[in-house]
Amino acid sequence: MKLREIAHSRSGDKGDTSNISVIAFDMGDFAFLAEHVTADCVADHFGDTITGTVTRYELPALGALNFVLTGALGGGVVRSLALDTHGKSFSSALLEFELPDKGASSGSP
Amino acid sequence: MRIIRIGSGAGYSGDRIEPAIELAESGNLDYLVFECLAERTIALAQQDRLKDPQGGFDPLLADRMKAVLPICRKNGVKIVTNMGAANPVAAAQATCDIAKALGLTGLKVAAVTGDDVLDQARNSDVALDEGGSVKALGNRVISANAYTGAAPIAEALAGGADVVITGRAADPALFLGPLVHEFGWAMEDWDLLGKGTMVGHLLECAGQITGGYFADPGVKDVQGLARLGFPIGEVREDGDLVVTKVAGSGGQITRATVAEQLLYEIHDPTRYYQPDVVADFSQVRVEEVGPDRIHVTGGSGAPKTGLLKTSVGYLDSYIGEGEISYAGANAVARGRLALEIVRERLTLTGVKMTESRFDLIGVNALHGDALAEGRDPYEVRIRVAGRTDSLAEAVKIGNEVETLYTNGPAGGGGAWKSAREIVGVASALLPETVVTSSVTFMEA
Repeated sequence: MKLREIAHSRSGDKGDTSNISVIAFDMGDFAFLAEHVTADCVADHFGDTITGTVTRYELPALGALNFVLTGALGGGVVRSLALDTHGKSFSSALLEFELPDKGASSGSP
Repeated sequence: MRIIRIGSGAGYSGDRIEPAIELAESGNLDYLVFECLAERTIALAQQDRLKDPQGGFDPLLADRMKAVLPICRKNGVKIVTNMGAANPVAAAQATCDIAKALGLTGLKVAAVTGDDVLDQARNSDVALDEGGSVKALGNRVISANAYTGAAPIAEALAGGADVVITGRAADPALFLGPLVHEFGWAMEDWDLLGKGTMVGHLLECAGQITGGYFADPGVKDVQGLARLGFPIGEVREDGDLVVTKVAGSGGQITRATVAEQLLYEIHDPTRYYQPDVVADFSQVRVEEVGPDRIHVTGGSGAPKTGLLKTSVGYLDSYIGEGEISYAGANAVARGRLALEIVRERLTLTGVKMTESRFDLIGVNALHGDALAEGRDPYEVRIRVAGRTDSLAEAVKIGNEVETLYTNGPAGGGGAWKSAREIVGVASALLPETVVTSSVTFMEA
């Protein structure tokens, strides 16, 4: 199952740092997202595209996670050589992330 | 309890004009805010001002003011904007001239200045977040502007301004200023300032909360994006917020559109650093209370740090680029061959680049090969971009792509090239004591 089936996302930029939100369509899926979409998974997913670190923040009241990726924008929007200097398309890249089937969640007895 | 209605008339410098007209006409507004400054805009504006002492403000100021001033006058709507960029006083003068030409005599316009801290930054030899210092950049530095807060905006409104024009005010401060003025919020009431900052943060990108930048056909459908309505914040005296828009306008406001915008450009949601407060969005809840009416609660704040983020603009480098397209069977292979040819040519001819990229648009240009899954598209466009220390070197990069027409793989079409100077922006933190804001009033 792709992340895009249960969550939506928007990315933004500040200097060379990108943030990518992951928001559950259904608040009930937040715990599942929090369990499976970790900072390490996101770092692996982006691989060489980013040169810095990934930090995750949790917002259970909103049903959302916020990922902050440093060294993500080729030096920042104003000087990057990249086609997408803002990293605005990172949200679409993260929504391609593969999740296990919800039925197979480790929370099930 | 009193409620103030604030509309957001622009989310960036080049934004659409008509949504603000719709807001001024039908939004039953108290305030209309235009947020038009990005990180680099003020550095570029400073360069314009050096060429023309009466220039350096937003190029669309006249268009926007002509469109909304008469309606705002008629409906008693006050305007707050950072369209002053590098020259708020000249922007205010231009606004007065437009008002006079429209017969709006007596309109009171205020310019907020003090964000230009170039001298202070040079003298204090401030360190940059990206490493190095302002001093080390030497005569490459072209601007330094501190993000200023709500107080001078509130002061301008208290002085009777109908229009307030700032330079590098922090985006949320454009909204917080009117709230502080109207409700008399204390500048030490961190909870209310945090709530007001949340209002500003949610509204400042205009259409990004009303369904713009949200649609994904079949997954997240949005109607009427060509006539997208911009948002209205109904803010109660205790900081309570409902986000809505003009009935019948395009787009939609839902829990999902508000949640996406709440986290847009946020790092640690418990620490959103602003000049007046450290806002906390971590406990925010969104609730639908009617069609296109979302109630937002749970914002708060902690004491400000006393430090102001400062953007330092400097002459950085040059970028040269070239693109050309290939189609049909084997298009990707011809694109890859083209990239290899250009790579070899740039080496053979000794073009001096400090950094470069060789991408296939349609395959791997956005996120590299790993995420591209190896599916062949019908058409690809190669893109070569390189950083150089001179314009002359940058020009050579696009030229080497263009020569693929007669020297490269079969069927290349639509070659394009560019070379340009790059103004970089670095960030620093300056003590707030280096900024002395002042308000200049003038009348049409």
